[in-house]
Amino acid sequence: MAQVTIENVSKSYAGDVRAVNSVSIAIEDGEFIVLVGPSGCGKSTLLRMVAGLESVTEGTIRIGERTVNEVEPAERDIAMVFQNYALYPHMTVRQNLAYGLKNRGTPKAEIDKRVAEASRILELDQYLDRKPRQLSGGQRQRVAMGRAIVREPAAFLFDEPLSNLDAKLRVQMRGEIKQLQRRLATTSIYVTHDQLEAMTMADRIVVLNGGHVEQIGTPLEVYRAPQSAFVASFIGSPAMNLIAARGEGGRLVIGDQTVTMNGAEVPNGPLTLGVRAEDMALASGNGDGHVEMAIDYVEELGASRLVHGRLTDERLALSLPSGAPLSDRLSITLDPHRLHLFDPDSGRRI
Amino acid sequence: MHKTKVVDHLILLFGVFIMMAPVVVAFMTSTHDALDVHLHGLQVTWGGHFTDTYHEMLTKKGGFTGEVTGARMVMNSFILGVGFAVGKIVLSMLAAYAIVYFRFRMGVIFFWMIFTTLLLPLEVRILPSYDVMTKLGLVNTYTGLIVPLLASATGTFFFRQFFKSVPDELLEAARIDGAGPFKFFIDILVPLSKTMIAAIFIIMFVYGWNQYLWPMLMTNEESFYTLVRGIKQILLVWVGSQIPEYNQAFALAILAMLPPVLIVVIFQSWFIKGLTESDK
Ligand SMILES: Nc1ncnc2c1ncn2[C@@H]1O[C@H](COP(=O)(O)OP(=O)(O)OP(=O)(O)O)[C@@H](O)[C@H]1O
Ligand SMILES: [Mg+2]
Repeated sequence: MAQVTIENVSKSYAGDVRAVNSVSIAIEDGEFIVLVGPSGCGKSTLLRMVAGLESVTEGTIRIGERTVNEVEPAERDIAMVFQNYALYPHMTVRQNLAYGLKNRGTPKAEIDKRVAEASRILELDQYLDRKPRQLSGGQRQRVAMGRAIVREPAAFLFDEPLSNLDAKLRVQMRGEIKQLQRRLATTSIYVTHDQLEAMTMADRIVVLNGGHVEQIGTPLEVYRAPQSAFVASFIGSPAMNLIAARGEGGRLVIGDQTVTMNGAEVPNGPLTLGVRAEDMALASGNGDGHVEMAIDYVEELGASRLVHGRLTDERLALSLPSGAPLSDRLSITLDPHRLHLFDPDSGRRI
Repeated sequence: MHKTKVVDHLILLFGVFIMMAPVVVAFMTSTHDALDVHLHGLQVTWGGHFTDTYHEMLTKKGGFTGEVTGARMVMNSFILGVGFAVGKIVLSMLAAYAIVYFRFRMGVIFFWMIFTTLLLPLEVRILPSYDVMTKLGLVNTYTGLIVPLLASATGTFFFRQFFKSVPDELLEAARIDGAGPFKFFIDILVPLSKTMIAAIFIIMFVYGWNQYLWPMLMTNEESFYTLVRGIKQILLVWVGSQIPEYNQAFALAILAMLPPVLIVVIFQSWFIKGLTESDK
């Protein structure tokens, strides 16, 4: 168990590819950190640098008190779970679990004890003598987890461990990994491109984009107060609506329509307005501050329906209770305190 | 549909006939005595001298010096076949391991250098190779017979392709599990290559077993004779009124065929598995 400190870490590949750009994250002991971002944003690269599978171009990585930049992966006291599990195909589950311990010269009795313990926790007892190819995807996933926990490492590293599972199993394993991590209280870094996985599992989320950190925060902070338009559009489903707007004398102007802000600050000039689908409602009556929306199509989700349409020329999605009345045009209200304003050039929150 | 089945079978039977007839004729002929064969040519019937011929062929000292028996030739052929196969596998696996997993300078160039030796089979470099072996004093030794032929571009190439198809994550998992280069090779790569090794073993064993030119050059003592050379030798003793031991030559031919056939039959399922699927 240990803190993991990543300080101004950068990674350049040959040919001037800058995969990770000056990233700093201080991970607390026992914390579950999720690195999330679109494909190619450098999540795996960052994780692999922590694991020691990739060299660090600049910056420092510390596990506990020790700087590990030049330390071999096996000496870093970490365990990693890979997307394709990377189980040794010719070894039984038991041998897979024991291999790392054996290489470390752990006494036989201790190995047996830890393997038994891990297989009990992960309910793998009856599969111990099978080869990986005789297991289902979910069971293989568990073995991969088992291989990590028998080591009792200072930190777990996960690289998209659930993305090879079907949707239902993914939800189940999500819960199991989270519970297991709680129980073992082992510092964990978890990479995913799935924002839902990030929201549900993380103590803190790190949103990466193009090799740099966009925001670090708890799931709710990231959801409620995205620090950039990128984070706003990435976290949450359906994605937050981002609409080109202008600030004019404390009011928000979208095309030819105006939203009154009830005291919320609006700077003058061009803005990007962010509003979540569930932060809008049908207007009652015909009052000031309502905006008109033209409807293109409707997605029924069961509990709610997602209405897609246009506000002047801007695309907009709106979540309504499933019974709500619909027509070609809707009059809606925006909650001024749930609006997010971003600088259209830098994308930063205003 | 019934009809096509009959036709199919006829075609297959015809193929079997073409392949098997010479073997059957050789076997049948080997069961006659030498005079019979000399007078009446090839035989397709059972001659009744099976035990005599084969016993004599295996135990009678033959050749000019009378030093070599059939059994000795079998042993020599086995030493050559197994020595070849094992040596080539070990060498080409190590070469492929170096090429795939170690980013040393000019690794690609080295690989292509090994690969182009495919264009230079033994026959092309036989004189220089012989020269080197003579200078090293390795004429008439098993070492001299085997070592110069061990470098194998084919084997290296097959293992390289196989190693390249092993997922990188396996190496990474092993590194995290504390396996160094040697352990990774022995604990992970070798077991994974099992079927591949079996396939290459078969090919190389048969190749070594059938060597003719190189043993002829490298060894002139008859105690190093292999089966393939022995057959020729029997037919060469036609001195004066002596009739060559045709029957024994055929017996030797049958014997020379047997181990490769057995190996292929026994390992064929492995062989196909090794070349087509993999256990990753
Ligand atoms: N070995 C390499 N050589 C050169 N560039 C690389 C190498 N590995 C990764 N990259 C580049 O680094 C960037 C980050 O890659 P990385 O694998 O970390 O992405 P990721 O966030 O994990 O994406 P994904 O969600 O698709 O797995 C990508 O632009 C990729 O093209
Ligand atoms: Mg990745």
